[in-house]
Amino acid sequence: MAQERGIRISNLCYSVDNRQILAEVSIFVEKGVNRTILGASGAGKTTILKLMLGLLQPCSGEILIDGVSLAGLSEAELIRVRRKLAIVFQGGALFDSMTVGENVGYRLFQDGELSESEIERIVLEKLGFIGLEDTIDYYPSQLSGGMKKRVAIARALASEPDYILFDEPTTGLDPVGVYNICHLMHQLQKEGKTTLMVTHDLATAFAVSEEFSFIHKARLIFDGTRDEMLISRLPAIREFLEPTDSSLFVAPKTPIGKDFHEAKR
Amino acid sequence: MTVQALAGMLKTVFLEVQEYFRLSWSAVRKIFSRPFYYREFAIQMDKLGVGSLFIIILTGTFTGMVMALQFLAQLKPFAATSYVGGMVAVTMIKELGPVLSSLMVAGRVGSAITAELGTMVVTEQVDAMQVEGTDIVKRLVTPRLKAILVSLPLLTVVTDAVSLLGGYAMAAGYGIKPLMYINSLTQFMFFIDYAEGLVKPLIFGFIIAMMGCYTGLNTRGGAAGVGEAAKRTVVLSSVLILIMDFFIAKVFVTIR
Repeated sequence: MAQERGIRISNLCYSVDNRQILAEVSIFVEKGVNRTILGASGAGKTTILKLMLGLLQPCSGEILIDGVSLAGLSEAELIRVRRKLAIVFQGGALFDSMTVGENVGYRLFQDGELSESEIERIVLEKLGFIGLEDTIDYYPSQLSGGMKKRVAIARALASEPDYILFDEPTTGLDPVGVYNICHLMHQLQKEGKTTLMVTHDLATAFAVSEEFSFIHKARLIFDGTRDEMLISRLPAIREFLEPTDSSLFVAPKTPIGKDFHEAKR
Repeated sequence: MTVQALAGMLKTVFLEVQEYFRLSWSAVRKIFSRPFYYREFAIQMDKLGVGSLFIIILTGTFTGMVMALQFLAQLKPFAATSYVGGMVAVTMIKELGPVLSSLMVAGRVGSAITAELGTMVVTEQVDAMQVEGTDIVKRLVTPRLKAILVSLPLLTVVTDAVSLLGGYAMAAGYGIKPLMYINSLTQFMFFIDYAEGLVKPLIFGFIIAMMGCYTGLNTRGGAAGVGEAAKRTVVLSSVLILIMDFFIAKVFVTIR
């Protein structure tokens, strides 16, 4: 039987302090098919990515990367499986104490299999891909939010992973920054990388993905294409796609300003 | 407080102690395995060791001066001021040197380790390192542990030395000659006393490094969480140092 190519999560459950974060979630990210997991803030989207990477342990359920289950793997085996994956964290998660070049070449330096000049060539190539060759000697604190995310993409690419996971890649960016990230994701997809993004930004999701999953109150309530999602009658999805007045929070009866001034007194 | 709440609290405490020892054991085992992260070790030696030198010199000098001043005032009526060097040495080398330098390092370095690692945790840098295939204990904990285990005994030796110099500065005012001051050291101090003065900072250093790393790596809740974790490191390290000081002193008194 041919080995399954993709990331499969089956009946995944995860809870913290008796609070259910994910309940019976099953998703298949097929290799070559770009998927976005949608859901409101706090729905458990980032947790799914961390579970896929083995950074968190599920309460029950199974995760298979190209047919290999993460359950019961030793740290060394987990590191081997993780080589197929890379992640772009929400804030970039660049290492503060290292330059951009050292960040991008981190895994290559660590592996110690390539010469310094070879690593430098790869780092420059990856920085060229994201259009930031000039920042090789900068520290992360000298970069803007959008630049940090692009450097994080370059770092993710350095190890040539099969799957790239994106955690809210466009949150907090201006329209140009969003466009740049979407453009880079398209480029990656053209190069044969499979992308899995979690976001609540619909425009970005529709721009870069073919398939969608929707998490609501810890459960997967939708799995399908963009068109199927747009015609879905599920209330949670309708509200997400077309927020109405009923989505507004209930305003407090006492004006907030009055409370604030009274508290100060 | 209900029995159930008490049981829950005890369970949390035991779990934390277990995790602390698990991390400590893992860090100790990895001291001798590759890769050694020499660069990280050198950076930590500079930050934790060399960076603490100034505060250690100040602490040692003034404590030595105060101790000498107090001893001289007590010894003068008995015409025994010539013993002041030995008395300062016993107090400083066996007790105050290791304890004071460790408390200073716990305040300065322990909190810094926690804040640094805690910030790395809340900004997902630790997760990113793990994804990149890094062994977190080997990369972040072991170099800090090694740096403190090497630097704290050295810092304690500096504290002891400058405190004896500070003590002599006071003794000179009472007409005590350098040779007399040095001779009194050998009258009061034996090999086991010097050993006690070096074993203590090793154990205290271990407590500081592991408490700093454990609390830092278990930081939760953003900037407020980092501040809370740093405070916890300083308090717990300081209390543990003082408790351990009693037990180590008891052991040395017994084997003397």
